[in-house]
Amino acid sequence: MSAGGFAVPPPEDAGDLERPARRNGHPVPPPAEPAVPDRPGDAWDRRVAAGLAFLRQRLSGQYEVDEFGFDRELTERVFQPALSRIFHGWFRTEVTGAAHLPAGGPALIVGNHSGTLALDALMLSVAVHEHTDPGRHLRLLGADLVFRMPFVSELARKSGGTVACNPDAERLMCGGELVGVFPEGFKGVGKHFSQRYKLQRFGRGGFVSAALRTGTPIIPAAIVGAEEIYPMLADIKPLARLLGAPYFPVTPTFPALGPLGLIPLPSKWLIEFGEPIRTADLVDSADDPLVVFNLADQVRETIQQTLHRLLERRPDPFAK
Amino acid sequence: MPAGSGSAARGAPGGVPRVVVVTGVSRFIGAHVAARLAVDPRVARVIGLDAAAPPPDLAALLGDVDVIRVDPGSGTSVLADLGAEAVVHLAVAAQADPGAGGRAVQKELNVIGTMQVLAACQQAARLRKLVLRSSTAAYGASFRDPAVFTEETEPRELPRGGFARDILDIEGYLRGFRRRRPDVTATVLRFAPLIGPRADTTLSRYFSRPVVPTVLGRDPRLQFVHSDDALEVLHRAVIEEHPGTFNVAGAGVLTLSQAIRRAGRLAMPVIEPGLSATAALGANVGLRSFGLDQLDLFVHGRVVDTTRLVTEFGFTPRTTAEAFDEFIRGQGEATRVLDTERLARAEQAVLAGIRQVREAVREHAGQDRESARERARQVRGAAREHPGQVRAGREGS
Repeated sequence: MSAGGFAVPPPEDAGDLERPARRNGHPVPPPAEPAVPDRPGDAWDRRVAAGLAFLRQRLSGQYEVDEFGFDRELTERVFQPALSRIFHGWFRTEVTGAAHLPAGGPALIVGNHSGTLALDALMLSVAVHEHTDPGRHLRLLGADLVFRMPFVSELARKSGGTVACNPDAERLMCGGELVGVFPEGFKGVGKHFSQRYKLQRFGRGGFVSAALRTGTPIIPAAIVGAEEIYPMLADIKPLARLLGAPYFPVTPTFPALGPLGLIPLPSKWLIEFGEPIRTADLVDSADDPLVVFNLADQVRETIQQTLHRLLERRPDPFAK
Repeated sequence: MPAGSGSAARGAPGGVPRVVVVTGVSRFIGAHVAARLAVDPRVARVIGLDAAAPPPDLAALLGDVDVIRVDPGSGTSVLADLGAEAVVHLAVAAQADPGAGGRAVQKELNVIGTMQVLAACQQAARLRKLVLRSSTAAYGASFRDPAVFTEETEPRELPRGGFARDILDIEGYLRGFRRRRPDVTATVLRFAPLIGPRADTTLSRYFSRPVVPTVLGRDPRLQFVHSDDALEVLHRAVIEEHPGTFNVAGAGVLTLSQAIRRAGRLAMPVIEPGLSATAALGANVGLRSFGLDQLDLFVHGRVVDTTRLVTEFGFTPRTTAEAFDEFIRGQGEATRVLDTERLARAEQAVLAGIRQVREAVREHAGQDRESARERARQVRGAAREHPGQVRAGREGS
């Protein structure tokens, strides 16, 4: 991570033509040349100039957005650098098994969900982006509640998310994307602290049938650390109903400390990617409930066992 | 909905209809479609039907078209009497005109008008082809919607907008017509919002304001189709055989904020309940182009898959970005509030300002360093001249 307001990585040329928005026929935007030539050898000056050029390009609308609303430029230059700081600086995340992430082509990454606010999804996307070369983007599938909320919905779309439904999942996988899904949904995020690291039900296994229909490998991902960021001690159900939320959490710091309670506790995070489960020879069984449930169970078991193993490696949740 | 992948060779060989009836010739798209068909040598006669007389600028186009004014509600035998072989139904209004009866008249035209046209079509024995203008509003508006609609996607929630509801009704009637007249090739074209330098549409009026209202916290994904491409697709639908339903849109996506920036306009975000209330009140408060239909679009966005159109028609419309760029160019640079040059100048000014400040700080720091060095030199010089004194001073302190 570099210091300074914007971290400005050099624009990547590789795979430029592969960009979905480019395929969609957007005109090639002119390179972000600073309007004033910079002083050679002055790093700070260059950063300011590049930041301003970036701002100008944004303000004139010269960027690409794919059909799901994913804004690659904004994600790479603003969201990812910011999240990366939290990933390393706050949660000290360690990633294992990154070799299982494909360098190209689709995969469905299935993770355990926890932590009251779904920071685990964002951290998983940082882990994927930093451990693939060139940095691939995790296309997250989110609950429709996310897309109901103003602002949040737009951030989700711009950072590559879309509604968790089979047409979108299959479209992304057919396009060769890395897709991230949390089948536990709100049952996982909104569970009591005493239930930590106990995987909840996986629903109908819709994610499995989407992967089967497209022959996409499934990569189980175990995330340790998110359970302790906002330990949920109670759920005020009437208040949740009033607000139309799935739960209203009470944590040691929220709502007692007000907005300060939104600062996550600095737990130590471990993320492990498991071995991919091939589905290419099961394409015909996409609507066979037995196959779907068995496969969902297999993924669930793998994640649960990996969680236990990772927890042994991290006896103290707030270790260095 | 029946699949659109029929064989192109279906129907009579050389299946170009000789007598084509176009409804809605008092509107931009109807007049242009009729004029294009009239100059096509394969079509012998083009008849334009409308309840209203075309305005003078459109009437000029319709020199070779027989324009017949029919009152809504007059008998259904007119198409059979004319010997129509193809009907292009374009008398569908996307927006209520407050000056001409508002929503009630719009619904009358869209729903009752389409019912009458379809009833007339049913009785026209020589009819072989029906082309219906629909809209991508047929996909409704829901937060659970997939990001991209294919022709098979069913609407999940009834849209709020009147036009979108009309479209759902119209397509419903057409399904009934298809059952009753399976011998007629029915083509339903679901158009994305039309835009282009020539077309005067809801969205082009919206984007030509200097400050455009948007929904706070929403940045919908939009798609447009260039009006010339829409005309081309309609023309091909009449001349060629393309049974089924097709999305017609330019590939790619612009978000609303991006479109506003490209057009050099300023966005004015308004909270949604306020806009809903305005839209529901009839919107005659300076925001004429802001009905519930626009609100649905601006909250949910709408993106469709055009693979079927491109493969079946062998025609690729201009992309959404290209269509929008052409529209902006047609608007003229003078109308821009924010233009790229002004932005570049602002950027230059800010950068120069920052450099000046840094230069000043550096000079100041340099002076400080210089004077510190000067002092140190003086002290060192003094020490060399009077070593004992300095040492004594040090010991003393």
